[in-house]
Amino acid sequence: MFPAAFDYRAPTALDEALAILKEHGDSAKVMAGGQSLIPLLKLRFSRPEMVVDIARIDGLNTIKRDDGHVVVGALARHADIERSQELAASAPLLPEAAHWIADPLVRNRGTLVGSLCHADPSGDWGSVILAMKADIHARSSSGERVIHGTDFLKGPFETALKPDEVVTEVRIPVGKGRGGGAYLKLERKVGDFATVGVAVHLHLQGDRIEIAGIGLTAVGPKNIQAVEAERFLHGKQATDEVFAEAARLAADAAEPNDDTRGSAAYKKDVVRVFVQRGLKTAVQRAREAGA
Amino acid sequence: MATEVHMHGRIGESIKRKEDARFIRGKGNYLDDIELPGMLHMAILRSPHAHARVKSVDTAAASAMPGVIAVVTGELMAQHKLAWMPTLSYDTQAVLATDKVRFQGQEVAAVVAETLYQAEDARDAIVVDYDVLPAVTSPDQAKQSGAALIRDDKENQKDNHIYHWESGDKDTTQAAFAKADKVVRLHTFYPRCHPAPLETCGCIADVNGATGKATIYMTSQAPHAIRTVFALVTGLPEQNIRVISPDIGGGFGNKVPVYPGYVVATAASLLIGRPVKWVEDRNENLISTGYARDFHMTGDLAVDKDGKMLALRVHLDSDNGAFFADAQPTKFKAGLFHIVTGSYDIPTAHITADGYYTNKAPGGVAYRCSFRVTEASYMIERLVTNAAIELGIDQAEFRKQNFIRKDQFPYHSATGWVYDSGDYHRAMDVALDQLGYKEMRKDVEARRKKGEVTGIGIASFTEVVGAGHGADFDILGLRMFDSAELRVHPTGKAMLRMGTKSQGQGHETTFAQIVTEELGIPAADVAVEEGDTDTAPYGLGTYASRSTPVAGAATAMVARKLRDKARKIAAHLLEADEADLEWETGRFYVKGSPDKAKTIQEIAFAAYTNLPEGMEAGLEGVHYYDPPNMTYPFGTYAVVVDIDKGTGQVKVRRVVAVDDCGVRINPMIVEGQIHGGLTEGFGIAFMELITFDADGNCIGSNFMDYLLPTAWETPRFELGETVTPSPHHPLGAKGVGESPTVGSPAAYVNAVIDALTPYGVKNIDMPVTSDKVWAALRAAGVNE
Amino acid sequence: MSPNLVGLARKVSMTVNGAPRSGDVEPRVLLVDFLRSNLRLTGTHIGCDTSSCGACTVLIDGEPVKSCTQLAVQVDGRSITTVEGLATAAGLSPMQIGFHEEHGLQCGFCTPGMMLVGTALLERNANPTEDEIRWAISGNICRCTGYMNIVKAIRHAAMLREQSEVVQREKAGVASGGE
Repeated sequence: MFPAAFDYRAPTALDEALAILKEHGDSAKVMAGGQSLIPLLKLRFSRPEMVVDIARIDGLNTIKRDDGHVVVGALARHADIERSQELAASAPLLPEAAHWIADPLVRNRGTLVGSLCHADPSGDWGSVILAMKADIHARSSSGERVIHGTDFLKGPFETALKPDEVVTEVRIPVGKGRGGGAYLKLERKVGDFATVGVAVHLHLQGDRIEIAGIGLTAVGPKNIQAVEAERFLHGKQATDEVFAEAARLAADAAEPNDDTRGSAAYKKDVVRVFVQRGLKTAVQRAREAGA
Repeated sequence: MATEVHMHGRIGESIKRKEDARFIRGKGNYLDDIELPGMLHMAILRSPHAHARVKSVDTAAASAMPGVIAVVTGELMAQHKLAWMPTLSYDTQAVLATDKVRFQGQEVAAVVAETLYQAEDARDAIVVDYDVLPAVTSPDQAKQSGAALIRDDKENQKDNHIYHWESGDKDTTQAAFAKADKVVRLHTFYPRCHPAPLETCGCIADVNGATGKATIYMTSQAPHAIRTVFALVTGLPEQNIRVISPDIGGGFGNKVPVYPGYVVATAASLLIGRPVKWVEDRNENLISTGYARDFHMTGDLAVDKDGKMLALRVHLDSDNGAFFADAQPTKFKAGLFHIVTGSYDIPTAHITADGYYTNKAPGGVAYRCSFRVTEASYMIERLVTNAAIELGIDQAEFRKQNFIRKDQFPYHSATGWVYDSGDYHRAMDVALDQLGYKEMRKDVEARRKKGEVTGIGIASFTEVVGAGHGADFDILGLRMFDSAELRVHPTGKAMLRMGTKSQGQGHETTFAQIVTEELGIPAADVAVEEGDTDTAPYGLGTYASRSTPVAGAATAMVARKLRDKARKIAAHLLEADEADLEWETGRFYVKGSPDKAKTIQEIAFAAYTNLPEGMEAGLEGVHYYDPPNMTYPFGTYAVVVDIDKGTGQVKVRRVVAVDDCGVRINPMIVEGQIHGGLTEGFGIAFMELITFDADGNCIGSNFMDYLLPTAWETPRFELGETVTPSPHHPLGAKGVGESPTVGSPAAYVNAVIDALTPYGVKNIDMPVTSDKVWAALRAAGVNE
Repeated sequence: MSPNLVGLARKVSMTVNGAPRSGDVEPRVLLVDFLRSNLRLTGTHIGCDTSSCGACTVLIDGEPVKSCTQLAVQVDGRSITTVEGLATAAGLSPMQIGFHEEHGLQCGFCTPGMMLVGTALLERNANPTEDEIRWAISGNICRCTGYMNIVKAIRHAAMLREQSEVVQREKAGVASGGE
């Protein structure tokens, strides 16, 4: 129940953190809130030699508007996102999703970026990133790069990050006009991982769906972008029949396992139900946003 | 001397709890809070395999690690004849594995070190070589002729069958079934779940070589019984063993058995000469300690064409794990399951039960079950609802038609129980009224017409608690009386000690109130102590809702003994005849002259300063109470559910719970117990499960897999009450702690079945998870 | 002897219940163990090993956090409140009184965490609805009470705080509305 021994540093500057990572590579783990890492350390599933605590680095916890994007810093906690006025105005899907993550105590420490980098296929943020077509900004001691959301998650607990990289922020495009989203989560109880989670986000042009994003949680080896469903929705009228067909396509894109939370067939059907409900809600909200 | 004392805390008053003071300050004294000088810490290595031969245990590396004082193996324990220990069911259980491991999580070795971090680090360094064997994971599998033999350590054990037990009358029942107009059958599985108290189990064993005294702090619901068992198992003289149960963070039956960790810690302390603390973590608690239920049951109910119940037949297969360690009265292999005729006047019944070994943790009788009454109540209440549905009779009406009537008490059941008192019709009517049943049924119909999936479930349970009369009830031969010792000090304050042990039930308050009622000493002036075997009178502990029926009775009796002595002293002080004195709570006065009185406080003082000639000084006594019968709390619970057609999720819209536990000593505490049990029942019905894969790997051995309801999922409860006193209990009280876990699971599940009845669904086994409901809906063509 | 002093021990300092406290710990030592073993503040409890139960809840800079899922070194320099810090010289806190008055505890094991979460909630939301209370404590498991009286206890505390606020305002001669 206790971690194996490790060394620990809490740098106050990003460059310092990057230097440590460059030195230790694979045997170091970055920690922000610790809500994903510490449980793994305690079970000794993870045994790093060095833990780099980035929580004391200034400037990484901001949530701000920057041109056509909303920028969520690496240290922005789920609780900060849930309460953010900026996000409530420009990207309300994020506060809605944040509300359902883990439990209130975890939300006081865990971060969006930390959770995303942990890359649990049952993690909610991956689906939100996919649905909102966000970009991830990472830095190492050799420089900076931008990783598109669709390229970031590689597999269970695996991302496109190199061992010496730290994600500094996530940038979410927030188009003008009538955008709306919804996050639906089936959990057996508060604090359980999703049985199924669905993030939907879309923009309306008139009464037609211009851009759609659908991300699926806990139904595959990583969060899944329902590409076929998104393509189908593009340019379509926002009607119940359209929602139903998109939902069907999204369910087809899901690759869930049979497990104690339910059969694969069950989870696929919940994807269908949730996408259907989510699209309806997202359209309603998009209409209200533009009104 | 002051004579006016406010009589605060009589029976029926919801006085605030005296024990709260330390808990709200964070000054509770739980096992893990205790630190003794020189104390060491122990960590147990457990088997990753469900069934395997142990070829070797290499402790060399572990022994060399920093801070390690000792590494204990089965071999070492065997040298001291402690590798095996008796269970509470006259079987044996491995303390540390020697030949084989027989369930995943079984104890294999233990490290004792200066710190717990060091003990766990060293534990990782122990190397065990296993030869994996096929795992047996169900009674069906255990029965097969080719099945692996689990208990090859037992000389006469040729298969995996443990016991066969019967109750009732086979022939009469068979005859009744032959004549029945209709027989309804239900096969149901009450799955393995776990009491999971928030505080895990643990002990500090302090065997002092210099004094010869062994002090064992232990999370134990039954410290005296443990002391005696320890004396028998370890050979330590019983007068030198002191078991102290400190504050306990929830028990629910999980803290009754003797666990291997306790024995190893004690042996380690004996060998090392320093105190050894062992506190299990949650994984250990869930994977190895006393689980609950795991009964495969088939019930048949015979009825006539008018819906009158004629006979009941039940067969059960019990999955007992690798060692038969049920903590129940010895004479009853399947506990009190044969209460299964429940609240109904069923003339004849026949129960058969078979227990089997499997490669799982031992236990079975736990989790607020009243010794398997949870299983029995679930069986009959599900069967009765299914029968009602099949017969086309309303669930409530069918029950009322067949309830034992009030005038039939004391009622002799077909399986030999004598129910003390009851008024089942009244509890049902109060519940239906509180729910607004008629309107609710109409509302259900209206919603169904709109395509909603919704239903109402009812359960009318009869409990049997208060174990029990010594001739019938014993644990390892120790008769199940209980005790109360009461001392009144010169200044009129009192100390009450009992053989029970609260784990949150509020004994420090409730039992003080009994003294207030009987002797008139305010509850605030009565200190209540339990749990230290050096000072508390012998008792069998707290579980199975027995404290109020047995120790509560003992408290009333001893208080009355003291009152009798007080009367004599009062007569002496008032220079009157005993027969001329009247008692009103707290004082004796001379008939016709109420001003000529002496308070109990004045009498107490006199007991030490001014006694009648020839009378022994002091005002104290002890009473060991042998209950003449069990007590039979009962009630009706009603639940309304709405089901999401898209996801299969069940939302509990209303829960109405009407309980009758006889006289309520502290209504606030009684209601708290009911809230808690209804929540555990909710968890059991909808989310709690310990299960195993084909290799015997345990799924449900941590709180990510073993799901407990939070405040968000848990429904609000609407409580009601009726009061039908127990005619044989000195206070008319019956006990209540387990009624809600006994009665509520069937109510929750019956509601779901009722909601799905239009779709032809007859049963869904617990936990009723959303995927199971979804599957039932889709099979019936219902979709969103 | 201070436990957990092996290998790469380093000094941590923090404010606990208003007082400066420090100790030498390895980085891997959990905050809950530091509180319980090093500081002997045993009111914070351990109920599980997967960060699932909330029995270990403390306030860090006023916010409820699971102390089993924080390293002691992580909270160096921070301000921690445990259950032992709820009462003041003036007496029990409204939350503690609420739990006692409403029978919000039975075995008491989850109670410290529940009270701290309730305290933090009322700081942010002085008059929470039942749903808001249940949501706020949804990270804290109770096995005994069924949560009904915990909700009442937190509401009771809210009422006491409101009353004392009214008294304060009246004392300060501030109009309490309607004038």
